[in-house]
Amino acid sequence: MKKYFAEFTKGIIKENPTFVLALGLCPTLAVSVSLINGIGMGIAATFVLLGSNIIISLIKNFIPDRIRIPCFIVVIATFVTIAEMTMKAYSPVLDRALGIYVPLIVVNCIVLGRAEAFAQKSSVLNSLLDGLGMGVGFTLALLLISGIREFLGAGKLLGHGIFKGFEPVFVLGMPSGALLVIGLLLGFFNLLKNRKT
Amino acid sequence: MQNNFIVSTSPHIHTKESTSKIMWLVVLSLIPAGIAGIWIFGKSALWVIILGISAAVITEGVLQLLTKRKLTIFDGSAILTGLLLAYNLPPKVPFWLPIAGSFFAIAIGKQIFGGLGQNIFNPALVGRVFLMASWPKYMTAFTKPFDAITQATPLAALREGKILENISYLDLFLGKRGGCIGEVCILALLLGAAFLLIRGYISWHIPVTYIATTGIFVYVFAGKALFSGDWLFHILSGGLILGAFFMATDYVTSPLTRKGQIIFGIGCGILTAVIRLWGGYPEGVSYAILMMNAATPIIDRYTKNRVYGTR
Repeated sequence: MKKYFAEFTKGIIKENPTFVLALGLCPTLAVSVSLINGIGMGIAATFVLLGSNIIISLIKNFIPDRIRIPCFIVVIATFVTIAEMTMKAYSPVLDRALGIYVPLIVVNCIVLGRAEAFAQKSSVLNSLLDGLGMGVGFTLALLLISGIREFLGAGKLLGHGIFKGFEPVFVLGMPSGALLVIGLLLGFFNLLKNRKT
Repeated sequence: MQNNFIVSTSPHIHTKESTSKIMWLVVLSLIPAGIAGIWIFGKSALWVIILGISAAVITEGVLQLLTKRKLTIFDGSAILTGLLLAYNLPPKVPFWLPIAGSFFAIAIGKQIFGGLGQNIFNPALVGRVFLMASWPKYMTAFTKPFDAITQATPLAALREGKILENISYLDLFLGKRGGCIGEVCILALLLGAAFLLIRGYISWHIPVTYIATTGIFVYVFAGKALFSGDWLFHILSGGLILGAFFMATDYVTSPLTRKGQIIFGIGCGILTAVIRLWGGYPEGVSYAILMMNAATPIIDRYTKNRVYGTR
């Protein structure tokens, strides 16, 4: 039981896709303008990770080694299409806000990375837990980054104003602000890690 | 005196100069421009300067205590950063603007990289560009000299296509125009710069090539026909003099060799003129210097002095 739990939690802290593995940074940089974008992107990516990890781990014995990447991509693209169509149907506003970055989950390094590094050589249950953990880790990182950027860069959280008279730090809402926030958070988490060891 | 403080490759000679002494002398050389700014724009300019300097010093001290590094708040470098940042602000800004700018300049521009001597970019300019990108509304609200009425800077007015007939070159030279606190009075800036040049703390290479390049570029391209641009206006307005003498010459972020410094100055000059004439902002000095700061390591790599006895 403990082993399974570790499989799940490693994606959240020890191997956090954003802050430790530094994977999937382009969607993180692009969509983390507001908290709601972060939540949407996180859920979509978690769904895709979960689905692709399970399927790939199920069919891992039938995939010829030489063409495994195209096979992975087909599986991943299927789930991305499901996620995209669902989002278009039920939350068109969010879909418009995330734009091209939803279809681009197909090439998100986290998804392919986990398929390649984990799901193709692990059991279904482990892959499920790994996908879920990585997805939650990615979502939490996005929440942190987009929360900071929306709070300081627009003076809002989830679209609601927080303080009256607060002058937003406009630069944090711009792409350069995304790089700044991610850089500082990466440094901060590295500092914590170094402190521990 | 002249040759005792050339930063260059070895062999070195030791003098009694110290970083701290140089920093304080640069602060001293900037005081005339500050006095002129306060005289022109009134008491609010003094507050901007005080807030900028104190925020810079406090940020430096707090961060050095937090990271358990040696406390160096009195070596003058933080004070110089705060002072330069304040000189780059309009005189009537909300009180938190210089504080936020100084905090960013010291924290992100300097201490993140490891403190004095490690930073890639000029911290004061990092602070200014941060403020410019975050609160452009306040950063472009300039006031008229000896008055509280808002007025565009000559460069901004030029950009909008207005013609400034009532501003003479003498007005520009003495600082009777809208602008940032420390950049308006060219006379005072030149006094400070002359002091630094005569004492040998800065060399002429960067400022002269910088200003000359901007002047020539503007002369060639800014007019209605080629070779008819108003070069004197462009040299005297904006932050060119302040930037060329006091910020482009920052030891940490400019090239080490003379050849490199000339390349650096020419690069700054071209970038400034290009931004002013065709860019999105009316003024380009800070962006030009920051961009050349980024190019400094590569300039240094290709302009190494030849080691004696080698090819």
